[in-house]
Amino acid sequence: MSIKIAVIEFPASNCDLDALHVLNNVLNIEASLVWHNHFKEKDYDGVVLPGGFAFGDYLRAGIIAAHSPAIDEARIMLKDGRPILGICNGFQILTEAQFLPGALLRNESLKFVCKWVNLKVENNKTAFTNRLNVADVIDIPIAHGEGRYFTDQLKELIDNDQIVFRYTDEKGFITNDSNPNGSMDNIAGVCNLEGNCLGLMPHPERASEAIISPKGSTHGKLIFDSMIDFIKRRSK
Amino acid sequence: MLWEVEVVLENKKAARDPVGETIKRDLLAKKGYDMVSNVRSGQYLRINIEAKNEANAKDIVEKMCNELRIFNPVTQTLTILNVKIS
Repeated sequence: MSIKIAVIEFPASNCDLDALHVLNNVLNIEASLVWHNHFKEKDYDGVVLPGGFAFGDYLRAGIIAAHSPAIDEARIMLKDGRPILGICNGFQILTEAQFLPGALLRNESLKFVCKWVNLKVENNKTAFTNRLNVADVIDIPIAHGEGRYFTDQLKELIDNDQIVFRYTDEKGFITNDSNPNGSMDNIAGVCNLEGNCLGLMPHPERASEAIISPKGSTHGKLIFDSMIDFIKRRSK
Repeated sequence: MLWEVEVVLENKKAARDPVGETIKRDLLAKKGYDMVSNVRSGQYLRINIEAKNEANAKDIVEKMCNELRIFNPVTQTLTILNVKIS
């Protein structure tokens, strides 16, 4: 089968080409850049909402994009179980569109934070983590000003196993020092109940090739590999 | 009739507000205004709207802010400060 993935482009998306590059050239997948007003879900097996500053982050990061026609189309994919990945600004859009619980607030430091961090895998039963093991620690960069995860349903998220990644130290310990933005419970990524929609602040598309990774790791690629595996298994 | 509705969006108390905290700690307290016990920041919208009367203007603004998530109910509260003839 030929797998087709759409990378949605909003006005002021800026990590769209990076995600497209990884899908096309690292994974050899047929991925296309699709303008948000032109996106039709029936043509695709999965969708990536990339990072950036959609609609200038006006009002709140992600809120204007959450009302885009692309999100109405993506809602159909959400319901029929196709994978939806939101990276950074894409995560903010998914929370504002209520695909995912919680919200992303301004970093506690009030600074834009751009650095490599460690993430601990908390749930490997999602469409995006099936190639990883629980408690694996992965290297991945962050780059955001509004990544402080907040929820008024923390207990439900824990009980439902919806926390997918947490910021940790190199050994996988959850510490205050390893929390780059003041996120509640060091949360870096969450999924929906069904596990076919993931939002995370870190950038897997910037951690998919050894040449651009300080430690030579390619842990971000495993998230995209998992997504593709999930699509292949669904189609059988 | 044209009305002007003033709306304030604020983070809920449970969500820390580092902007307000910084204004209080790093500006006001350092410049001697230590009588200030708390500062919370927010967003302000001034909306001009055609409506039948004051109550109708307020109703429309509340409805559209809820429907379109102008405020995020997970983290924010919405307060209508004032409604007056524009």
